[in-house]
Amino acid sequence: MMQRTLGAGLFAMGMLLASTAISSAQVVLVRGNDTDPATLDHHKTSTISESRVLNDLYDGLVTQDAAGNVIPGAAESWEISEDGTTYTFHMREGGKWSNGDPVTSDDFLFAFRRIMDPATAAGYASILFPIQNAEAVNKGEMPLEELGVAAPDPQTLVFTLNGPTPYFLQLLTHQTGKPLHKASVEALGNDFTKPGNLVTNGAFLLESFVPNDKIVLKKNPNYYDAANVKIDEVQWLPFEDRSACLRRFEAGEVLICADVPAEQMAYMKEKLPNQLRIAPYLGSYYLPVKTTKEKFADPRVRQAISMLIDRDFIADEVWQGTMLPAYSLVPPGIDNYVAEPPELDYAGEDLLDREDKALALFEEAGVDPATLEIQLSYNSSENHRNTMAAVADMLSNVGIKSTLNEMEGTNYFNYLREDGDFDIVRAGWIGDYSDPQNFLYLNESGVSFNYPKWSNPDYDAKMRAAAETTDLGERAALLAEAEKIYLAEVPSIPILYYSSRALVSDRVTGYEDNILDDHFSRWLSITQ
Amino acid sequence: MLIYTLRRLASAVPTVFVIITLTFFMIRMAPGGPFDLERPIDPLIMANLNRAYNLDAPLWSQYLTYLSNLLHGDLGPSFTKRDFSVNDLFAVGLPVSILLGSLALLVAVVLGTILGAWAAIRQNSGVDYAVVGLATFGITTPNFVVAPLLSLLFGVVLGWLPAGGWSNANPAYWVLPIVTLALPQVAVIARLVRGSTIEALRSNHVRTARAYGLPTRVVVGVHALRAAMLPAVSYLGPTAAGLLTGSVVVETIFGIPGIGRYFVQGALGRDYTLVMGTVVVIAIFVIFFNLVVDLVYAWLDPRVRYD
Repeated sequence: MMQRTLGAGLFAMGMLLASTAISSAQVVLVRGNDTDPATLDHHKTSTISESRVLNDLYDGLVTQDAAGNVIPGAAESWEISEDGTTYTFHMREGGKWSNGDPVTSDDFLFAFRRIMDPATAAGYASILFPIQNAEAVNKGEMPLEELGVAAPDPQTLVFTLNGPTPYFLQLLTHQTGKPLHKASVEALGNDFTKPGNLVTNGAFLLESFVPNDKIVLKKNPNYYDAANVKIDEVQWLPFEDRSACLRRFEAGEVLICADVPAEQMAYMKEKLPNQLRIAPYLGSYYLPVKTTKEKFADPRVRQAISMLIDRDFIADEVWQGTMLPAYSLVPPGIDNYVAEPPELDYAGEDLLDREDKALALFEEAGVDPATLEIQLSYNSSENHRNTMAAVADMLSNVGIKSTLNEMEGTNYFNYLREDGDFDIVRAGWIGDYSDPQNFLYLNESGVSFNYPKWSNPDYDAKMRAAAETTDLGERAALLAEAEKIYLAEVPSIPILYYSSRALVSDRVTGYEDNILDDHFSRWLSITQ
Repeated sequence: MLIYTLRRLASAVPTVFVIITLTFFMIRMAPGGPFDLERPIDPLIMANLNRAYNLDAPLWSQYLTYLSNLLHGDLGPSFTKRDFSVNDLFAVGLPVSILLGSLALLVAVVLGTILGAWAAIRQNSGVDYAVVGLATFGITTPNFVVAPLLSLLFGVVLGWLPAGGWSNANPAYWVLPIVTLALPQVAVIARLVRGSTIEALRSNHVRTARAYGLPTRVVVGVHALRAAMLPAVSYLGPTAAGLLTGSVVVETIFGIPGIGRYFVQGALGRDYTLVMGTVVVIAIFVIFFNLVVDLVYAWLDPRVRYD
């Protein structure tokens, strides 16, 4: 009996050794994600943590290089018509799915029709509304066949757009622009995302998915660029606790953390200066003011409040340098914009001078700041609370009385959109694609994200003109003029730009900081 | 005894039913829904989603559907982990939680009993003070402090064990979570056993045993400890249920795919079915372990009879 157990033990040991020997030959990249994807059906996703995994699994018609630039993906080349409304894509010769099937324009056509199909209930379908009839199809007012996408032959895909859309290529890099393997989705229904079922056309394929544990991806041997993919296996680990990722990074178990614990910034700056990456990110953090309330109706009052807010303090002290001070809505470094984007004119001024200016503005507007009572609302989070507490303190310098009002996250944004009875709130916006229109449309009349319910005909006119302009330079100028109008009236007060924070091991090469914070595993490699 | 057990099991059914009913309606009273995001969903799409998940039906009809599915062992689809049904999630998560919980429970019972009895026999000695001090430390130090410290010390500084992560095959990943889970329980059990052992050592039946000239080993090990285990056993019922259904804190900090996190993730994400599923599982565990405790009681204490 004893001997048998011993024998079994030795056998198990042998197996263990054998398996370590095999795995050591494999290049495994262990990366931290913020949380698990809600689903791998990209038509039903909306978050960054989902896009990270999907970018490894699927190639859209176009994709991104390590620096975030648009490069050919499943399509090899494309033509854009003179008027900017027709895009003709030519599929890559010999492009294959992970099961060996050819990637055809029909797979893309199927995917675009499916995401617009009301029955799919795709929460992010509206991002593709620049495509002709997309909105009507998605509302069920037109049949799917009326969508402005056509596949005249298996190698060609043609988009007809509502109007010139200079950011259309950027838009197609979003997860909503990724294809689906038509045959398996039709055959398997909702089960097509399961490991073993999922067929993908990206650099990696799905090996396993255990919620709260990890998603394991294997290199896709059928990928057209497989020869240049250096990673054999990617493990995406969800870290809702960012400190856990930091510890495992320090223990050498995780090579990349997609986010870091903000409260340990000082520690990381000191101990991991070369591994900690902080880069400007495509997002803004701002304070919408309910302009329809009498006390905030005068733009001078809003501007004065804006002047009083010390952005540097909030960025450096409250957010520990994980955010950057902002004096405009559109984040710097965005594509398709003017060389010198507009800014609030007091950006570089001393805070004491700004306070005097603010007092002067209040007087001009006939408002005594000591009589102003402002409620500052925010959704539960330590950083939001501290931000608002800092703002309250800054406003109190001129005698404004403010109260803090914390709200539960789930219902908070509904409250903002549905014209809730707020004074000043916090909101953030992360761009879906690198284009100023994606930020500036938030202030158009009637847009649901226009939390201040601000309405300015000049602004709307500039935005409309920009939407109809094909010349990129002219369009950028129009958008900049719109932002100037916005900044003159500050219906929402921009205070911070987001930055991306990551930990990247010295062993990882090919990781380039970019404004989209996209870092496909395809471009990475590991040195021992 | 068998009849007693059956009667208890039968009486558990209405209890679970009441728990399910209360939870079902309480979670629906919370504002918001599973599909609310920072960015709004078009009302039409929201309607489609609600239809796909049967959320557009009247609440009572959803309730009846849920009950009927539950009777067939179907806990429904998860709203927030949409590639999985709640059954899928539990099939993977529950064994992990049970494995960790039962090992932690074992460590807690064995270590707690030994320490408690030892302290009681050597009452007011250095050993006693050390055990009481350790127990106070164990009870007062929360696991969200212990877990990161253990992970830092053994995972990062010393590098002896993984700082986090999970493997069903490699026990190295189990050690720190088990220690974290067991530590406060060791402390509580040690204190309980110490107190009741001191009392038992002074009781009549132990004095009688001593008078018969039985060796101390038998007196303490068989007669005193048997009586002294009673308070610890009654404490262990709900504790076992708690340990075996996972811990949010320990799972989050060590990155363990158990079911403890689903309760919180489900509640925050308004994942109705996931919350219901965890409630059902926890309720069953609590009822089961309370029954076990009562049966163990009868076995330990000759005065207790259930006939």
